[in-house]
This record gives sequence, structure tokens and C-alpha cells, in this order.
Amino acid sequence: MSRQMTGAEMVVQALKDQGVDTIFGYPGGAVLPIYDAIFQQNDIKHILVRHEQAAVHMAEGYARSTGKPGCVLVTSGPGATNAVTGLTDALMDSIPLVVFSGQVPTFMIGTDGFQEADTVGITRACTKHNWLVKDPSKLSETIHQAFHVATSGRPGPVLIDLPKDVQFASAEYTGPKTARTEHYRPKVKGDLDAITKLVEMMETAERPIFYTGGGVINSGSAASQLLRELVDATGFPITSTLMGLGAYPASGKNWLGMLGMHGLYEANLAMHDCDLMINLGARFDDRITGRVADFSPNSVKAHVDIDASSINKIIQVDLPILGDIGHVLEDLLKVWKARGRKTNKEGLGKWWSKIDEWKKVRCLSYTNSDTIIKPQYALQRLEELTKGRDRYITTEVGQHQMWAAQFLGFEAPNRWMTSGGLGTMGYGFPASIGVQVAHPDALVINIAGEASWLMNMQEMGTATQFRAPVKQFILNNERLGMVRQWQDLLHGGRYSQSWSESLPDFVKLAESFGWKGIVVSDPKELDDAIMEMIEYDGPVLFDCLVEKHENCFPMIPSGKPHNDMLLSADAEAFRGGAALV
Amino acid sequence: MAALNIKKGSSSHSAYDLRDFHSEVERSHTLAVIVENEPGVLARVIGLFSGRGYNIDSLTVAEIDHKGHTSRITIVTRGTEAVIEQIRAQLGRIVPVHEVHDLTTEATAVERELALFKVAGTGEKRVEALRLADIFRANVVDSTLESFVFEITGTSDKIDAFAELMRPLGLVDVARTGVAALARGV
Ligand SMILES: Cc1ncc(C[n+]2csc(CCOP(=O)(O)OP(=O)(O)O)c2C)c(N)n1
Ligand SMILES: [Mg+2]
Repeated sequence: MSRQMTGAEMVVQALKDQGVDTIFGYPGGAVLPIYDAIFQQNDIKHILVRHEQAAVHMAEGYARSTGKPGCVLVTSGPGATNAVTGLTDALMDSIPLVVFSGQVPTFMIGTDGFQEADTVGITRACTKHNWLVKDPSKLSETIHQAFHVATSGRPGPVLIDLPKDVQFASAEYTGPKTARTEHYRPKVKGDLDAITKLVEMMETAERPIFYTGGGVINSGSAASQLLRELVDATGFPITSTLMGLGAYPASGKNWLGMLGMHGLYEANLAMHDCDLMINLGARFDDRITGRVADFSPNSVKAHVDIDASSINKIIQVDLPILGDIGHVLEDLLKVWKARGRKTNKEGLGKWWSKIDEWKKVRCLSYTNSDTIIKPQYALQRLEELTKGRDRYITTEVGQHQMWAAQFLGFEAPNRWMTSGGLGTMGYGFPASIGVQVAHPDALVINIAGEASWLMNMQEMGTATQFRAPVKQFILNNERLGMVRQWQDLLHGGRYSQSWSESLPDFVKLAESFGWKGIVVSDPKELDDAIMEMIEYDGPVLFDCLVEKHENCFPMIPSGKPHNDMLLSADAEAFRGGAALV
Repeated sequence: MAALNIKKGSSSHSAYDLRDFHSEVERSHTLAVIVENEPGVLARVIGLFSGRGYNIDSLTVAEIDHKGHTSRITIVTRGTEAVIEQIRAQLGRIVPVHEVHDLTTEATAVERELALFKVAGTGEKRVEALRLADIFRANVVDSTLESFVFEITGTSDKIDAFAELMRPLGLVDVARTGVAALARGV
């Protein structure tokens, strides 16, 4: 089907044809024609944000919690540059986004016109791909290609820069089916010989481990289902990166917990001592590997990834399998079953006894208090009181984020939204709004630090305006806690600029936006306060005043191997020469 | 390890065989990158090299199929085997990149570069320059009473050698195209 319409109308039509129901954005001169087209329809809901960075994080929350691409609309110049942090965040965490930016008219490009920025130039390094559309007759096809690129292969953000005259011009609209996408078709099926080789190794391995990442979540819910089947059937232990939490349920019997810098002792030691490491959609990030030379020195490593550049980038692996996790897991299960469902039972038995020994260390234990709320305790109570619900958690960045990953359990994929690769303070609050918009009736909680939360606090107005009943659970230690922790451990306790000074009265702040504000400092009142937050029908700002000097353990200092882990405030051992990254 | 029955460092190059630890020796590689001829594609390729800290020793680009909208970028780069493998994979990830070939490892290739040399001088030096140009099969494409412009085609090494010889004879200016390369045979 094709018909004449303006560029602005095409944008809206293409969004509808792509099944988009929500777009996050902020208007300005260079996108007024598109805003006019949005005004004249009711199929696509526009969420008016208060800052473009937040629009991108909202779209990330929307995308991560639904598996669909998130959409954003911003104006030229400052609108586009404000989106850059969000784009970089989405690129690092492989979140599919389609971002539209306005641009000065084509005849003004290059003249330093008002609100002109070289948006495709600026965002080239922080998008999977981007386009400047100068020819209106190419617009509809470009938008459909953009959706294809954002969502296929390793997902990521894409940007389409739209000069204002192109938005006004008329041309023929073409639908998604006719769009040319054949030259970008990443391989999804894994090599069967390689998969068989992996099965052979799984049959004999004495100390195997699954090491899973965000790729499993991105591959879709079927991949998580297959993973559960494979893990439970083989009886192999499984650990996950921060990005992969929820793919295998935290209540599952083979779950070791998260690995990495603040991962669990048993997970990290199992990675260090395994003889077969099966990496599914993780990328050997430096927060995972620690010192590369000492990373899991005696294991044979298999790596399944849809992105060839992730394979052998940091760790040389023995068995690379290029393909989509879901497809590869399906074949892996088939082959393993067909060959008689074999595992090395004796080896596995010994392996689990070793792991059970490590678990006895109880690496997450902390000293609780009757008078001060410990951040870990607050999260344990939140976990307990929200467990049965279909709950969505977002986080900011800092100690609270790591404690949330340690103390909350995720039973399903797409329920955990956090900024992993970029570590963007200010991500969690807008992301929680994006999640809530996608799941209006769900319980959506952002686990925040007070400092991170302030970075995008302007979005309170957005939550109020669109009746998003998001719960902001602030673990308020009046510190840039993670910075303070490093200064404590590495810089002789010289706490340079790591206080959160001049904090607002969060209850009054909440009320001024029509929210509910709750403040709690007594551990005995915590449960009631949490219940009040959960049951309140509207957005809540929960100011949880916690211990100010708690450090987050376990911790593998940067540049140390996995088996060199700090379990408590053993600062002396720590100072013995950790790399300063 | 023993329980797995796996030999490390098998020499086969299939996708799934256990491989040897990559050698740490840096080597020059010539990559042929076939790309969609669209605005910004060269910036993406160059941005990848600068952003990830890879070297570019030579780079040439031109459209090779007007109807098919494809261009060929020839890049001479340098790195260990592991780095070159990363560069190939990173290039392959760029959306408008259709194909990436490592002409150094995939096949034997012919490599040529064209250069123009302006040499100024009179008397003995002028005669000597002309004589050497003849030996190197360089053509004279412009001449005045005090100068020549030579055109020379060959491998980069040959052009380097010619440049060395011309320098004491009054070399004024050089323009080089960078390497163009094709795999031999079919
Ligand atoms: C935008 C941004 N700036 C700076 C940092 C560096 N940084 C990491 S954690 C942190 C402190 C976070 O403090 P808060 O949000 O209160 O969390 P806490 O660690 O206290 O739980 C800082 C400054 C960052 N991650 N992101
Ligand atoms: Mg804090």
C-alpha cells in the first residue's frame, strides 16, 4: 500500500505500522511538524518528559521490560545532544531504541544555523547506526530499516535525523513489507558441529558452569525458558552477570547468584576453578574478569554470542559459537538429549560439594543493627514484602545498585532494569517511568541512591502528569556511597567531594509534585513504611535513611583475580596494590 | 581438563576447533572492505579505528559498482593476530559493511600503489633522476626545464625505495594514492 503524505505524517504512520504505542519526547522548533501530526491522531501516546536524557532512559525501561523497541522524539541541537548519554547507555547494554531528532532544513545544514548540531556526527559513536534523511521519498523505507537494525542481531539504539523541510515535504509512503533489509541479516543459527562439540564437553566435564549475560534476555523469553530446561536437566551450576539476572530464576536450585566485582563468593570461585565455562550471551566485561591473565586459568571456554566482535575480544575462547542464544540453546538441548542426556555424575557431585563449601562462607552476611537501618536489611525487607508480586525493579548506579543485585531475587526475565555497561547515575528513575508506562498496573520500584536520584529528579512532573505510580526507594546514606567506598579503601579515607550536601526534604519535595512522601529511619518502622509505599495508589518518594558508612562486599578490587576477594572491611589487604580503575 | 579429552591448540582453522594462543607478533595486514556507498560510511570505518585505537597505515576508497552502490575500502593496518581478528569483527558489525576480507591471510594478493613525485634540479642530478626513473619504470608526466613529475606504480616498498633515491636528487613533493589490492586467481 502506498500513498502521498508529508514527511511528518510518514513518521507517525511508520510508527503505527511498526506496532509502536508509545513515544517519549520533547518538542522544539525543528520537530514541530511531527508534533502537529501527533496532535492529530490517537493511536500513539506521547509521554512528555522534562529532559531529553530522561526520554531515552524511559524508552530503555520500556524496551527492556517489554522486549519491544523503545521510541524517542527530540528536537535538533540541544534536544539531540541531551539524548547522547541515553544513547550511549543503550548501546553499551544492547537496548533496541529508535530515536528521531529534528534537524535544521537541508539548505541550512552546515551554516551553523540556530539549534544546528552535527547530530549524525555526534551520535555516530553512540548508536548502532544512524541516518540523516535528506530525500523525503526515502523516509518511510529508512524508518522501517531503522526498526529492523535496532531489533535484529545484537540490538541497539539507532537514530534518524530529520531536517525540517523533509518533514514538510510530500512523498509516497511505503509500508514495512517493502523495505529493503536483506543486506543486514545477522546469523542466528549456530554451527551444528560446534554445538555437538560443546555437548561432548558437557558430557565429560567435571566442573562445568554456565555463565550467562544480557544476551539471554535480549534473545527473548523462549531463550530463558530453554536455559532453565538445560540447566535443570544437566544439573550444572549457573551464574549470571548484572545484565542477565532473571533469565534463570533466583529460586532455582542451581543458582549461584551474580558474579563479578561485587558478585557472590561461590559464583566467582566456581568461575575461577571450573574446567568448562559455557558463556551464553555475556561479554567478559572487566567487572567480571578481574585480572585477565588470571581469569579462570584452567578451564576450557565456550562462548555463544550473536556479535562476532564480542568473541575473543578480551578472553581467548576455545569454542566460539556465533548465533542467537535461543536458537543455539534449542539445538544444544536437542543434541544433548539425542546423545543420551549424559553428564559426568561423579565429577558433578564433587563439584557441588566444593560449591556448597564456598556457600558456607555466607558472603553476604553483614552486621545488622536495632537502631540504624542497614541498606542490606532494607532490601531484604523489600524483597520479603514484595516477593509474590509480579514486580519490576530499576536501579540507579552505586552501592545500592550492587546491594539490589545481591539481595533481590529475580524469577523472570525483563523484570530487572539497570545501567550495566555505562553505569549511568540518573538512569533508574526515568527508566522506572518507562516501565510503568508499559505495565500500568504493575508494581514498579526504583532502588536509588540519593545522589543518583537527584540527577533526573525533574521527571517527578512526568510521573504526576501521566499518573505513573512509580515507587522511588531511596537508600539515603547522604553519601556518594560507591565513591566514598573507594576513597575509604584506596585513598586513605580522604573523602573528597563524596558527601551529598544540601539534600532536599524529600517528603516536602514529594508533596510539592502531588506525590506521597515517606521518610523512615527506625528499623522497627521499616516494614509498615514499605507496605504503605506498596499499597499507595500513586507515585511515592521513599526516603530510607540508612547507615552512612556501610561498604559493599564481597568485592574483587579492580585488576585482582577472582580468588582474591575482599569479604569484609579488610582495608589493609586491599591497599596491597589494587589497580586504580 | 583431562576429563574433557580436549587438546588445546589444534591447528585446524574451522570455527570450533580449539585454538592456539594467538601469537604476540605484530604484522601488517591488508583488508578489503566492501561497503554500501552511503554518506558517512567512511567516517564510520575511520571512527572505528580511531575510537578503538587501531592503526591505519594506508587507506583508499572509491566506488566500484555505481549501480549496486558499493564502494571498496582498502586498509593497510598492523596488529597481532588477535587484534586483526577484532578489527575484522568490528568492521563486520558496521551496518553498511557488506564484506570484510583479510587479503594477507585469506589469499595471496596483488598490491599496487600509484605515486607522483616532483623532482627539481639541473645538470647531473636531473640526468640521474631520469635514469633512475627509467630503471623503476616511472613515467614522466610533466616536465619543465628545472623539474619533472614522475608517475610510478608498484608495491609500497618499491615506491618507498624510489622516494629514497629521489630525495638527494631534488625531491620536492610526493602524492601517493595508498594501496589498492586484489586477491590473485579466481
Ligand atoms: C553520571 C555519573 N557520574 C558519576 C558517576 C560515578 N559514580 C558512581 S557511583 C557514584 C555515587 C552514587 O551515589 P548514590 O546515588 O547516592 O548511591 P550510593 O553509592 O550512595 O548507594 C558516583 C558519583 C556515575 N556512575 N555516573
Ligand atoms: Mg548515596
